[in-house]
Amino acid sequence: MKTELSETQRQARLRFREFVKERVLPYAPGWDREERVPTEVIDCLRANGYLGAPLPAECGGGGMDAITYGLLTEEIGRGCSSLRSLLTVHDMVTLAIWRWGSRELKAKVARSAGTGETLCALALTEKEAGSDAASVQTVAIKEGDEYVISGGKKWITFGQVADFFLVLARMEDKLTAFLVPSDAPGFSRRPIRGIVGARASLLAEMEFNRCRIPSLNIVGRPGFGLSHVFSTALDLGRYSVAWGSVGIAQACLDACLEYTASRTQGGVLIREHQLIQRKLTDMIVNTRAARLLCYRAGYLRDTGNPAAMSETLIAKYFASLAAVAAANDAVHLHGANGLTEEYSVARYLRDSKVMEIIEGSTEIQQIAIAKNPPGEL
Amino acid sequence: MTDNRRARIKEFLSRYFRNHELKDDEDIFALGFVNSLLALQLVSFVENEFGITIEDEDLDFENFRTIQNMDALIERKTADGERSLTDAVN
Repeated sequence: MKTELSETQRQARLRFREFVKERVLPYAPGWDREERVPTEVIDCLRANGYLGAPLPAECGGGGMDAITYGLLTEEIGRGCSSLRSLLTVHDMVTLAIWRWGSRELKAKVARSAGTGETLCALALTEKEAGSDAASVQTVAIKEGDEYVISGGKKWITFGQVADFFLVLARMEDKLTAFLVPSDAPGFSRRPIRGIVGARASLLAEMEFNRCRIPSLNIVGRPGFGLSHVFSTALDLGRYSVAWGSVGIAQACLDACLEYTASRTQGGVLIREHQLIQRKLTDMIVNTRAARLLCYRAGYLRDTGNPAAMSETLIAKYFASLAAVAAANDAVHLHGANGLTEEYSVARYLRDSKVMEIIEGSTEIQQIAIAKNPPGEL
Repeated sequence: MTDNRRARIKEFLSRYFRNHELKDDEDIFALGFVNSLLALQLVSFVENEFGITIEDEDLDFENFRTIQNMDALIERKTADGERSLTDAVN
């Protein structure tokens, strides 16, 4: 058994790190304060092929293997969780269209989504439907050559700027997925401000007021919207969130190694204190363990193993908890400084908590993992 | 051929249907074990194990309801694949 990156993967990671160092790290605190990832950085992601990276080249995607895509997600997530969340939702929806859309729909939208020319977002959650996704109240009816959608969605990441939304609606009681363009008649959205974590991820809520879309924009067959179309998207989402969590944990570790090597208390650098060493050790070990679980999930994805989905649940569960624990300790190790905007650890703590909630909360993962125990390693 | 395919499907499903001897014509949805994760894993298994691609138009619960229905789906998809290949060669 060998768990080692190939030379190509190592080179890719260097490129991602350089990108994050130049284009993300210096600006992430400002984006967080302004609650907005700017258009220019989205253009930069697109120009570098980082939108649609895991999609096949034939639909304009980057054709990245799962491990390389994980490395990209970790590095972007280390710099800015809000920006990472754009990759997550865009790629989730693009994959679902590519996997389950009709040939006609794919011919129409897959390429522009694959290249990131059009931005996609996932519209699943409603005011009264969160973890219980099957209880969505948005409805769709067929009228002639169109579907008419009525209802509302909330907490939609990058909802303020996305061009297309993958929407879960109930059609004659069958949960069904639709692709709704932001210029469809009857569609409206408004920004959600004042969120604490992933503040720059341009959250929106939206209303579908007898919103009309062409019949071509159904994704998958009626009744398979949640079980197959959204589940495909959510599986990739969990993989991405797992790696993004590793990125946060690594950012916390980097910050703490630097801080504890420069701050003196009791006449010695604080890294010399054994209780500090204990926290650093937990951070190092948990970050490493989370990354190894991600590698494992990535390996199974690349080899087409059906167990990849169960393994991804495990990686997401562990990594999101590791990120929260690391960020909590990171703030603590920074003392009063950790509660200021001068240091990034408070942002990491706010962002890490989001990871435990999105793409299936910790409790949903606990139920799902027990019901789908993995086989032998 | 069919027996071998059915045995492989049964072996995969048995990991999730513990302590239950699944019959070829038994409705797996009615047994209450199938959640959305298993439904999608089943698609992934059938695709990778038998070298076919499940597409939008194959999404029909009937196709996955019993082992024998899955076997019939794989048979159809394999024949379609071979036909397209022959057409391409000709």
